[in-house]
Amino acid sequence: MRILTETGRFLLMLKGMFSRPENMKVYWKEFMHQCSDIGIGSLGIVAIISFFIGAVSALQTAYQLVSPIIPKSTIAQIVRDTVILEFAPTLVCIVLAGVVGSKIASELGNMRVSEQIDALEIMGINTKSYLVMPKIMAALLTIPMLVVIAGTLGILGGRIAGVSTGIMSPADFHKGLLSNFLPYNVFFALVKAYVFAFIISSIPAYFGYYVQGGALEIGRAGTKAVVVSCILILFADYLISALLL
Amino acid sequence: MIEIKNLKKSFGDKTVIKDVSVVMEAGKCNLIIGSSGSGKTVFMKCLVGLFEADSGEILYGGQDFTDMNEEQRKELRQQIGMLFQGSALFDSMTVEQNIMFPLDMFTKLSFREKLTRVNEVLEQVEMKDVNKKFPAEISGGMKKRVGIARAVVLNPKYLFCDEPNSGLDPQTSLVIDKLIQDLTVKYNITTVVNTHDMNSVMETGDHIIYMFQGEKEWEGSNQEIIFSKSQKLNDFIFASEFLKDAKDMRMLEAKGKIDNDRNMDELLKD
Repeated sequence: MRILTETGRFLLMLKGMFSRPENMKVYWKEFMHQCSDIGIGSLGIVAIISFFIGAVSALQTAYQLVSPIIPKSTIAQIVRDTVILEFAPTLVCIVLAGVVGSKIASELGNMRVSEQIDALEIMGINTKSYLVMPKIMAALLTIPMLVVIAGTLGILGGRIAGVSTGIMSPADFHKGLLSNFLPYNVFFALVKAYVFAFIISSIPAYFGYYVQGGALEIGRAGTKAVVVSCILILFADYLISALLL
Repeated sequence: MIEIKNLKKSFGDKTVIKDVSVVMEAGKCNLIIGSSGSGKTVFMKCLVGLFEADSGEILYGGQDFTDMNEEQRKELRQQIGMLFQGSALFDSMTVEQNIMFPLDMFTKLSFREKLTRVNEVLEQVEMKDVNKKFPAEISGGMKKRVGIARAVVLNPKYLFCDEPNSGLDPQTSLVIDKLIQDLTVKYNITTVVNTHDMNSVMETGDHIIYMFQGEKEWEGSNQEIIFSKSQKLNDFIFASEFLKDAKDMRMLEAKGKIDNDRNMDELLKD
């Protein structure tokens, strides 16, 4: 029963976002601010994670492929596909659910508790539209970009690890990288990125926006937002894979 | 002027506001007083639309707020300023940006014009050289002043203040009270103040509404409150022996039986 109430309230929040902006310039400024916060702010952690994920997947794939009849270039092929299909969109988005999600939930939660949201309401501003919409839009714009960067850095990490440890030559890696490449996989990764971006931004916004209480509740909302976002990402990951692959 | 007719509000089975009717006049400080849990904050939140009233009418200049759609409410709210208990300044913005925000959102003024207006209201609340400071860098009293400056920057017709003196020392409280009263009279604003600060009641209470368990128990001015026969009000206002004595003295003074000023002068001579 509670889950239905929460879902209904979440949908009402989304519906409430769509209204004519009071001043487009201020909304644009807020959108740009969120793009910088979510996109540029998460770039460092995304780069580090994706690089090492690519590197580790190259080493572990090589460790498991012991048969001499399997060419070395297969390692690059496996690294490429796992990074594009799963690691870059899913793993990076799970990390982003923690980084971005907790920030959104605590920011809005703090604004709610300290009556800043009420102050905006009294001014005649649609707070759902002004506070939630730019966050979701910014996430939808920047997170797919981060996923593309993560995919590129993951493959680069795999190449550097594979070549520097002597597992394969650069030529082997390039050969594997280009063989049987399906552009559809990139499309699939981007579909996942958009869906996850929506989850990462809207779920924490919901938990933050409706916080009631004090500092303790803000903390709880942050934790709840991250947990629910991660579960929904994994669920959506399975659903998209079942539908699109 | 704000006219409230038969306002009711419940949360579940608990009725918090029970059929309250009152008229808040323009150019006056209308004080809502009452002990904690008496329903004054809920009442104020109903007036500004942060809570939806279950029944009754809230008439702003004759227009019923409860009947308005979202767009009409948005328009009306641009005529409303509110000072919150915790000031509710935006943490990520400087004092200047906080005050400029309503101007950014609702006017087409140039930056120079907006800045002039910001400095004008900052001067009104007697604040200088704080434009570039963040809320975390200023004191509680200064935050309240900035809150007032932000609330009046769009020249509102209606000003709501939720416990403007909470957390302030008596001297600063008086300054804030005087500021609210001056702005109310100068710009003929309908001001509604939610307070349980007795200094505010006696100094600025042009019109006082005492609420008890969700009902309007008493209504009058700060001159009349001394002579109130309501036992509940007297228990609330004159809670300490000191205040009871002060009340008795004021009553005797008002009846011409003693002259406080003369007596005080004579005592000081000794």
